[in-house]
Amino acid sequence: MIHLIWMFMLIAGIVTAMFTGRMEEVTEAIFTGAEEAVVLCFGLISVMVFWLGIMNIMKSSGLLKSFTNMLRPIAVKLFPDVPANHPAMGYILSNISANIMGLGNAATPMGIKAVKELRRLNGDKEEASRSMITLMALNTASLTLIPTTIIAIRMNYGSASPAEIVGTTIFATGCSTIAALCIDRYFYHRKLKKGRI
Amino acid sequence: MMNWLETVSLWTIPLLLLIILLHAVVKKVPAYDCFVEGGKDGFQLAVTLIPYLVGMMTAISVFRASGAMDLLLETLKPLLVFLGIPAEIVPLAILRPISGSGALGMASNLIAEYGPDSFIGRLASTMQGSTDTTLYVLTVYFGAAGIRYMGGALKVGLLADLVGIIASIFIVTLVFG
Repeated sequence: MIHLIWMFMLIAGIVTAMFTGRMEEVTEAIFTGAEEAVVLCFGLISVMVFWLGIMNIMKSSGLLKSFTNMLRPIAVKLFPDVPANHPAMGYILSNISANIMGLGNAATPMGIKAVKELRRLNGDKEEASRSMITLMALNTASLTLIPTTIIAIRMNYGSASPAEIVGTTIFATGCSTIAALCIDRYFYHRKLKKGRI
Repeated sequence: MMNWLETVSLWTIPLLLLIILLHAVVKKVPAYDCFVEGGKDGFQLAVTLIPYLVGMMTAISVFRASGAMDLLLETLKPLLVFLGIPAEIVPLAILRPISGSGALGMASNLIAEYGPDSFIGRLASTMQGSTDTTLYVLTVYFGAAGIRYMGGALKVGLLADLVGIIASIFIVTLVFG
């Protein structure tokens, strides 16, 4: 499905440009888009190296394990396919916690580690497993307690109360997280019924 | 309230680090060696992402620069306005799951234009803060782990985004409306 979106954006873009006369902008957009992506990836290097390093300390000292044990009751319900003692669980829970605390750049490397472990658990298939889809649902909904970026922007534009949207944001992100989990479960059970698993 | 929030967000990372390091000391773990060992994968991981993100971000920027994005917005606008979404917020609602930087720019523009404490300003803030860029999350996580078939992940993500948009409008209208 994602390759369809990709093809659609490019083809629709180029065809539209034929009619809007924006070929020059499109040519430029190809290269600025590519450049932005590489700059983004290079920015990620520092973040990845740092947080993966910290993660490894937590893993060696056993902190990751105690943390996983603490959250086990919820984790087992959310990810029934993952054995509670599997390393994937530790990464999954760290990813979710980092998101909740608003540490978006720590969440990414932990999430990638989690998906890699889940892939191994799924027999190294190139197909998304049930747990991966649940994890993605949680990440795209991005349960956050303090939306720091937007508070900073509001402050910049002279808001009388930059943080007043914290409550409404928590409500909205809570709704979309619960919705994501329900939709995920619904699709899973529908697929199960149709005998496609 | 604001000072308290600021302190919390400034203290989170250093405090977290302190706890992790003290725990390592108590457990007699060679923290520095562990850090270096664990960080080794980081470079590889970030570099692996380059082709995925170059592909996706090029497509998004072509789609926007050509005017196709505006065309899509104009087409979808009547439908979304009919569903009760304020016309000013429609571009942000559509851009949010597709492009993180695009949505952030759009939200800043709305906040600048209507003022952070206006209805539109508050709605844009809530919408921007309440969700992550679905397309980016899927590209990065599945790309880095070499997952080619995403199953229902995209559908789930986009439907949840829709719920988030509706929830934002509902709660902002209720609290500030």
